Amino acid sequence: MNDVVVVEGLGKDFGAFTAVDSVDFTVRRQEIFGFLGPNGAGKTTTINMLATLLKPTRGRAELAGHDVVRRPNAVRQAIGMVFQDASLDDRLTADENLQFHAMIYNVPAALRRERTDQVLGIVGLTERRKSLVRTFSGGMKRRLEIARGLLHHPTVLFLDEPTVGLDPQTRNAIWGHVRRLRDEVGITVFMTTHYMEEAENCDRIAVIDHGKIQALDTPAALKRLIGGDKIIVTGDEALRQDMAAKYGVSVQPVDGELHFMVDHGAEFVPRLAADFAGRIRAIGVKQPSLDDVFLHLTGRAIREEEGKGIDRMRQIGKLWRGRR
Amino acid sequence: MEALRVTYAIWLREVKLFVREPTRLVGMIGQPLLYLLIVGQGIASGLTLKGAPAGMGYMHFIYPGIIGMSVLFTSMFAAVSIIWDREFGFLKEVLVSPAPRWAVAMGKILGGATVAMMQSVILIALAPFVGVALSVPMVLELLLLCFLISCAITSLGVSIAARMRSMQGFQMIMNFLVMPMYFLSGAMFPTKDIPAWMQVLTTADPLTYGVDALRNVVWSGVWIAAPGGDPSLAEAARTSGLLRLDLSADVAVLAAIAVLLAATAAFVFSTAD
Repeated sequence: MNDVVVVEGLGKDFGAFTAVDSVDFTVRRQEIFGFLGPNGAGKTTTINMLATLLKPTRGRAELAGHDVVRRPNAVRQAIGMVFQDASLDDRLTADENLQFHAMIYNVPAALRRERTDQVLGIVGLTERRKSLVRTFSGGMKRRLEIARGLLHHPTVLFLDEPTVGLDPQTRNAIWGHVRRLRDEVGITVFMTTHYMEEAENCDRIAVIDHGKIQALDTPAALKRLIGGDKIIVTGDEALRQDMAAKYGVSVQPVDGELHFMVDHGAEFVPRLAADFAGRIRAIGVKQPSLDDVFLHLTGRAIREEEGKGIDRMRQIGKLWRGRR
Repeated sequence: MEALRVTYAIWLREVKLFVREPTRLVGMIGQPLLYLLIVGQGIASGLTLKGAPAGMGYMHFIYPGIIGMSVLFTSMFAAVSIIWDREFGFLKEVLVSPAPRWAVAMGKILGGATVAMMQSVILIALAPFVGVALSVPMVLELLLLCFLISCAITSLGVSIAARMRSMQGFQMIMNFLVMPMYFLSGAMFPTKDIPAWMQVLTTADPLTYGVDALRNVVWSGVWIAAPGGDPSLAEAARTSGLLRLDLSADVAVLAAIAVLLAATAAFVFSTAD
C-alpha cells in the first residue's frame, strides 16, 4: 500500500456555497505533499474532511486504508494534526501538553516519557519542557505543536499553514524539521500553504482554487507548464512590436517592461542583445516561479491578505483570556 | 479502560488549571462572600424571617444557600470553559483525537465537580462565624453534597455550552439561567409561601434540592434552646416548613438529576460537531 491518502470526488457544500467542488488525488508514502492556493480556495475544508472534523457532502476519502466516514477513530489515530491556529493550552507546560496528548491518544504509560523526550528532541525544545507554553514565541509554539502531532506515531502529519505569521528564519527552521521528519522518521507530510516560495519544498504540489485542483505535479514539472523562462526587456512599444515579429512570441508590456517567454533564457540573451543592439537598455532573465504557475493556471495572482485579520483575532483572544 | 484514561486526562487538566490560578479562586469566591457578609448581614439586621423557629437567624438561613451559590457559579464556570476551549483552539486538539467524546464530557463534569468541592472548603470554614458548629463527618457530608450538586449543574452547563460558539453565550447563560436558578432555589428566602407559578419553577430547579440538602446538614449543627429538650435547628425547621425533604430524599433526587443531566451532556457533546 503505497498511497496513504486516497481521495475520490471529495466535495463539501455549506448550504448553497460550494467550498470544495470535487477533488481527486493520492498522497504517496513518505512524500511531502502540498496544497497550494489562496485563502478560501478549499484547502482547510479538505484537510478537515480528511481529519474527520467535517463530513463530506460527496465523494470518499481513505487514510492509511481507513475510510474517513466509516472508521473515523482509526483515521484519527493514524493522523497527527497541526492546525492553522494554535491549539495548545498555554496555561500548561510543554510537557503537560504532551502528556495530555499521549493520554487521549492511548500511548501506553510505559512509553510516554520516552516518546515525549523523543519528540521534544526533534523540534529542539528539550530545555523548555517545564516552561508554561504562555512564555513561548510563535515559532516555539508551532514547533511544540508539531512535536505533539508526532507523539502517537501517526502515518500522516497534517500541517495547515504551518508557517503563517512566523518570521523567515523560523519558517526555514520549521521546514528543516519537516524534511528531517520525512527522512528520519519516515512520516508522510500533508501541508497547505499560500506561500509560493514555501511550496517549492514539497515533493508534489496540488494547486487548488475555487474548490478544484487545477494541477498536480512536482514543482519543477509545474514550472515547465509555463514553457521556459521569462525574458524581461526595458524598451518602448516599437521594440515590443519588432521583437514579437522577429521571434514569433507574444510580448506583454508590464509596468514599462516587456515580458515574453522563451525556452532557454540564458542562451537567448546574447542573441537578443545582438539583434537589437542599441535599442535595449536592460535585459533580465527570470526562471518561472510558482507564482507564475498560479497566474498561468488561474489567470490571477495569489492574494496576500491574511495576517492582519488573524493577528487582530489573536489580540482580542489575549484580552479575553486575561479576564479569566 | 481507554475511556477512563481520557476522563482522567481531562479531569487532571481542570484541577491543575484551578490550582494554578489563584486569581480564579479569588474571583469565584468573591460574589458568595459578598452575599454572605453584606447582603446576609444587611437583611439579617433589617428584617425577620417569617415562620422561623426561635433561635434561628437569617444568617443561619442564608449560609447553606451561599454554599449552594458558590457551587452553582463554580460549576457553571467550569462547564462554560468549553466555550473558551473552543475559542482558543484547545478543543480542536481533543475533538480530532480518537478519544470518545462521552469520556471527554465525563472528565469535564468530574473536573468541574472537584473544583467546586475544593472551592466550597473556604465557605465551609466560615461556619463558626455564622454560629454553626460542624463535626468532621458533617464537613465530609457537605463536601460530598457539593460534589454531587456540582455534577448535576456542570452536566447542565456542558449540555448547553457544547453547542455554543461565542463568548456572548456566556453572558446569556449567566443572565437567563444561573441567576434565576440561584434565586428560585430558595437560597435567599423561604419558598413555602411563594406564588404557585414560582413554586413550579422552584420544584424544577436542581439547586433547590442541593440547598435543601445542605440545610439539612448545616442546621443539624445548630442547637437551639427549646422547652422540652434541645432539638437541633434542622428538626425545628422541618416542623416550621423551612426544609422541603429529608437528607436522603434530597440526595436521591439530586443523584437522579445528576445521572440524567450527565447522560444528556455526554449525548450532546458526542453529537456536537
